[in-house]
Amino acid sequence: MIHRFFGGVHPRGHKEATEALAVAPLPQPPEQVILAMSQHVGPPCAPTVAVGDSVTVGQVVGEPAGLGAPIHASVSGKVVAVEPRPHAGGSPVMSVVIENDGQNTPADPIFRPAQPEKLTTEQVIDIVRAAGITGMGGAGFPTHAKLSSALGKADTVILNGAECEPYLTADHRLMLEQPKKVIEGGRVLMRALGLEKLVIGVEANKLNAVDALKAEAPADVEVRPLRVRYPQGAEKQLIQNITGRQVPPGGLPANVGCAVFNVSTAAAVYDAVFDGKPLTHRIVTVTGKGVVHPANFLVPIGTPMEFLVEAAGGLKGNPGRVLCGGPMMGIAQYDLAAPIIKGNNGLLVMSTREYSPTPKGVLTCIHCGRCVSACPMHLVPLTFNQRFSAGHFDQLEGLRILDCIECGSCAYSCPAHIPLVQVIRAGKNEVRKLQTAAKAATEKAEAEAKAAEEAAKTEPEASPADVPAEPAKEEEATAK
Amino acid sequence: MNSETETKRRFSVASSPHIASPDSTPNLMLDVLIALLPAWLVAVYFFGFRVVSLTAVTIAAAVGAEYLYRRLTKQHQTIGDLSAAVTGLLLTMCLPVETPYWIAALGAVFAIVVVKQLFGGLGKNFMNPALAGRVFLFSFPAVMGKYIAPGRTFWAPIFGGGVETVSSATPMSYLHQGLLPEGISLRQLLVGQQAGCLGEVASLMLLFGGAYLVLRKVISPRIPLCYLGTVAVLTFLFPMGGIGRMDWMLYNLFSGGLMLGAIFMATDYVTSPVTPTGRTVYAIGCGALTVFLRYFGTYPEGVSFAILVMNTLVWSLDKAFPPHRFGTPWFQKKEKKEASK
Repeated sequence: MIHRFFGGVHPRGHKEATEALAVAPLPQPPEQVILAMSQHVGPPCAPTVAVGDSVTVGQVVGEPAGLGAPIHASVSGKVVAVEPRPHAGGSPVMSVVIENDGQNTPADPIFRPAQPEKLTTEQVIDIVRAAGITGMGGAGFPTHAKLSSALGKADTVILNGAECEPYLTADHRLMLEQPKKVIEGGRVLMRALGLEKLVIGVEANKLNAVDALKAEAPADVEVRPLRVRYPQGAEKQLIQNITGRQVPPGGLPANVGCAVFNVSTAAAVYDAVFDGKPLTHRIVTVTGKGVVHPANFLVPIGTPMEFLVEAAGGLKGNPGRVLCGGPMMGIAQYDLAAPIIKGNNGLLVMSTREYSPTPKGVLTCIHCGRCVSACPMHLVPLTFNQRFSAGHFDQLEGLRILDCIECGSCAYSCPAHIPLVQVIRAGKNEVRKLQTAAKAATEKAEAEAKAAEEAAKTEPEASPADVPAEPAKEEEATAK
Repeated sequence: MNSETETKRRFSVASSPHIASPDSTPNLMLDVLIALLPAWLVAVYFFGFRVVSLTAVTIAAAVGAEYLYRRLTKQHQTIGDLSAAVTGLLLTMCLPVETPYWIAALGAVFAIVVVKQLFGGLGKNFMNPALAGRVFLFSFPAVMGKYIAPGRTFWAPIFGGGVETVSSATPMSYLHQGLLPEGISLRQLLVGQQAGCLGEVASLMLLFGGAYLVLRKVISPRIPLCYLGTVAVLTFLFPMGGIGRMDWMLYNLFSGGLMLGAIFMATDYVTSPVTPTGRTVYAIGCGALTVFLRYFGTYPEGVSFAILVMNTLVWSLDKAFPPHRFGTPWFQKKEKKEASK
């Protein structure tokens, strides 16, 4: 049975610049790395080192506070600053800055198991947590938390090798060059969840990666080429394509028995389990018409973006916009002093002709319905624009605005160039404000009702016994 | 730091996505104009050079009305989106060739000013401007009912004239009486050798235009297919006047304004629903109303009225038929209703 997600778009791939280039180490190691304490979903980590401390590669420099994963030094050297620094997300984040001594002195391995195949589920979860592994496809959900949440619920493990964003080739090169790591890392996750089947989904524009994976795949691993259509790599759409199931609104993949991990995450799990190495490096595609030599680099996490641009030969032409990630969902950067974090798969320097210009003048929706045909979440994006511009924020939730995954297919296909994703983000904010207000109101009402109830309860005790609880009930009713 | 401020100045930031498809509103409108071209050329061939001058006048009136209205009301100019030109051409396509220029221009001005601009311009009107303009011109029945048989002299006078020429029966007027058109074969209907409005006659060329729009992904085939399908099924099921089902159905499909309506009028973005189910219901409604009006109406043709009526329901259809919510069971609504019973 072939399943397909509804909608989607087909932007030009632009992957030719880097898809044939092997992953290379940086020509020179960065002089400094900036380890942001916020690289994952959840509250930022707390720094565990101070200025002046010497650190080794793989040493923990930040411990999570709540949901999160530890952060490890990616170079050895001296801590020169612990202070807020620019961050890909936009606002400065507490960061540990390490001056690289160039020695790459390794720390002790986090774990050296005799037989990685025989690890128990708890041991795998512990190793994954200790290695600081978070989802490396962009969202950055801590992998150990994902494992725990899927435990006992998942019947299918999916590795996401779709890489449907244009320009990016980091996952492609990884699957092509190190298929064994991807497969064995994925199988560790599969065994940890007590399952016997692993599906690797790869968009069919990377058939050489499919072949490389197939050549290494044992019987319990299925490599599945997928239709080339954005957003094939979005978690919900990938699950829908592979299993035909739809993740319920507000739900997690575990709700439909799926656990999805990025292929880079699986490779990081391999490094942790088989070599005892924490997550300190990742592959980053540096590309776009704005850099001289596009490349796929193996980068120490925390390398400043400007250093990566220099490593790719520097800027050329009219670089107009720098994106962290691909052109459909990437975040525009204004300060290249910001570092690479665990979830960055690409640094895209677009020339002024490559990105779509900011639309000018009045943007008129002509009701063509292309956004509806493009929306993989079955939404009607044009209504968000209508209601938002009319100020009817209260109607947005009923139109399911919170279901939106912000993939950008609607805005991409809009002939009037209405920035629908921007409108939706603003709309979501308004909805959340209204929700908080509504929650506060009900809480207040409940508290008042409770107070009234208690006041009524104390009354019968004081008053004669011939009128029992009845007045209390009445009062409760009026309070409600 | 100097370098820092420099980089800050150099890169622009915006919300994702950072790329857009090459489609734009003027491009889409241009595609509609291109798609109408074959049928228009056939009209020129059959009805003579007056088609060219009539088209020029109507488009000029439509674009001029839009320009002046926006100018006088001090709003930004919108003639560049080509939608006024599309309205002008579509209106011409549903006029008889001998329509006086002033009447054609009046229809265009009505379509643009009253139907479109008074409601806020492109994207805000609730009726198809060209169709509404045409129906407005039905106030001149002597003109609008006078159809000329094809094969009119090419250089027939483009001014005046008209008055003496004899109007001939259209295929629709035969069908309205439950008869097959006399002496007009299906092949002639397809090619466009029939009396009628100048853009309605060449069914085959209109179909080519529709195929072009579908291939260019300007329209989805859903509305035309459901519309024509409904008409086909209903006329096949209920033939009139003892005529063979198949003949009756085919003559109904290729006569009158059905092709032009189903492919170019019913698919007008602004006045058709956006949700897939909404579009299906809308198109079936158009089809059913067309057949109903053709069978029981006073006018022989019902396409314009059918589409205009369905236009007014678009908002409700979009609301009534939202897409299935991702990740919810398909029959949730029914279950809820049963539970409440």
